[in-house]
Amino acid sequence: MSANNNISTFLSRTRGHNRLDMSDILSYVYLIFGTLIMFGPVLWLVMSSFKDSGEINKFPPRFLPYQQETVVVEGFEDPLPLYMATLEDGTVRQLAQIRRIGLEAQLIDPADPETIYKVRIENREPVESVTFSLDNFREGIESFNFSLYLWNSIFVTITATALTLLVNSMAAFALSKYKFTGRNTIFVIMISTLMIPVSVVLVPVFLVITEIGWNNTLTGIIIPGAATPTGVFLLRQYMLTIPDELIDSARIDGASEWRIYAQIIMPLARPALAVLAIFSIMWRWNDFLWPFIVLSESDKFTLQVGLQTFQSDLTIQWHLILAMTVLTLLPITLVFAFLQKYITTGIATTGMK
Amino acid sequence: MQETAPQNTSAAEKGLTGLFNGIVGLLDVFFNGLQRLLGSTNMAYVFVLPNLLIFGIFILLPMMLNFGYAFTGGIDFRLADRPYVGTANFEQLFDCESFSDPNSCREDLFWRAVFNTSGYVVFQVSFMIGFSLLTAIILNKNLRGRAFFRSVFFYPVLLSPIVVALIWKWILQEFGLFNGVLENFGFERVMFLTNSTWARFWVVVISVWAYMGFYTLILLAGLQAIPNSLYEAAQIDGATRFQMFRNITLPLLRPTMLVVVVLALIRAVQVFDIIFAFTRGGPGTATLTLVQYIYEIGFASPSRRFGIASTASITMAVVLVIATLIQLWVNREEEA
Repeated sequence: MSANNNISTFLSRTRGHNRLDMSDILSYVYLIFGTLIMFGPVLWLVMSSFKDSGEINKFPPRFLPYQQETVVVEGFEDPLPLYMATLEDGTVRQLAQIRRIGLEAQLIDPADPETIYKVRIENREPVESVTFSLDNFREGIESFNFSLYLWNSIFVTITATALTLLVNSMAAFALSKYKFTGRNTIFVIMISTLMIPVSVVLVPVFLVITEIGWNNTLTGIIIPGAATPTGVFLLRQYMLTIPDELIDSARIDGASEWRIYAQIIMPLARPALAVLAIFSIMWRWNDFLWPFIVLSESDKFTLQVGLQTFQSDLTIQWHLILAMTVLTLLPITLVFAFLQKYITTGIATTGMK
Repeated sequence: MQETAPQNTSAAEKGLTGLFNGIVGLLDVFFNGLQRLLGSTNMAYVFVLPNLLIFGIFILLPMMLNFGYAFTGGIDFRLADRPYVGTANFEQLFDCESFSDPNSCREDLFWRAVFNTSGYVVFQVSFMIGFSLLTAIILNKNLRGRAFFRSVFFYPVLLSPIVVALIWKWILQEFGLFNGVLENFGFERVMFLTNSTWARFWVVVISVWAYMGFYTLILLAGLQAIPNSLYEAAQIDGATRFQMFRNITLPLLRPTMLVVVVLALIRAVQVFDIIFAFTRGGPGTATLTLVQYIYEIGFASPSRRFGIASTASITMAVVLVIATLIQLWVNREEEA
């Protein structure tokens, strides 16, 4: 009873009055249940990726990655699997299996390899322990060309983000700090295309790429998405808040327009640039449809395209796919862990993804 | 650990700034030359040019070329080689005896995709916004661990569609976690991804799971913008919680809600990769969506029918624009 009271005072403390509000309890239940649903699947994936191919196909599945223990015995090349065997006289002993013939298993004591015990297979239980094995990752990286895809993905993400920031900030600078003929037209056209998704122009963009000769090149994925209307809009709105007086006084001091952009506007627009950078990294790292259409040879694949191709092979090799999936979601998870404050506030204020 | 972290970031920042300044210095000569040539006000065109070039070539031009494909026929890819066919592609796409039955249509796949996508849009958008709103309202309360829970609900948004699809495929496969639980409780195993109804159900579930955190954040920002004094005043007047929700929260949340609904609708109509990686449109055509149809017709099938693919894209774009305009119009009516 007193423990109950303690919990309720603890929980209700934040609301400033001394009783446990019913809607607070329901809220916590919802949030904890939600956490389970949001994180559970990812946790399950991570746990599964550490299982060996025997454990991964086990049904019903278990949460932790168990692995059968083995022992090296002199005279046998491979390590032998360990079992708890119930012998005919009823004693239970830990033995290593040397072979299995039909329903009968032949086991030996690792300390005394000479005597062979014959036990029916239902009378032995494997000795298991929780082992986080990295074999899937090792094998996956070898058979999947992971490092090449990873490199392609990193290359695309970094160059595309740098290009996006440069090109969009220059345009945003012009649109926010200059008066020139056509300014409003350009801005309105850009904003109106915000609503038109890339998927609507797939065929003609592919034609353009083919005509330029960027088919099956990384350039063909980097350039087309670099002029995002979203990015221009976000940066322009931010740059509008930078006072014009700063620019005027810089001009009087003899700064060139380029210097004003590079050394006054860019440093001041840093918060907006950071938001756009984070989003660009996210977009590019996770992008699938466009790279999938442009890239036709596997030496150019990005991680997402490689992963999809790998999983649509006829025989699904789950143990490898799971390990590769974990490796693919790892970088973005790390970025999130370190920058989550920027990301969540960035989205809340700009409403973009 | 904590003391070294800021130093590391500042070192990285210094490196980046140094790199940036280097590039600025290199480009100085080039841009100053241009400025002498054009005058300082015309530099605006120089700044806007790179963006405009990319935008024009890869967004604006393709939008126009799309019509070029839609009104020409044949199998050639180059527009110059394609004969003009007028509205034949549109007629072919809309050639149906009865629009309620895809089987009676000449392009039955297109109509199946239309039906699947419509069903998906209705269920996905309504469930997602419902859950997002509920979550946002709860996160808006003064609870412990708010920041943590906010991140938890947002986390799946960062995962790539391929990764999301693979995670759930693994859980829902015949010998996966769900079937393990089902069998544990004495039920039969279910083939979730080879049964049409189940596949459609799970497609909606996983996309709500993957995207709801994004809309939760936007709605939460909208909720936090509502001044607290309104609630305090209502409380003094003896309003119940439900009354406050109905008469303060909902009306003031309307602008945010509009953004959320428009965004969610647009994204739902063009859903592709998450379903493609999850079911590949199957079983059969049960989860074939519009964008996958465009992809299959234009890029995957041996006879690449670019004309039909473009026609379908334009139809989709028109529907999107009309839907958005209706939303904006309805909202304006109600505000007036």
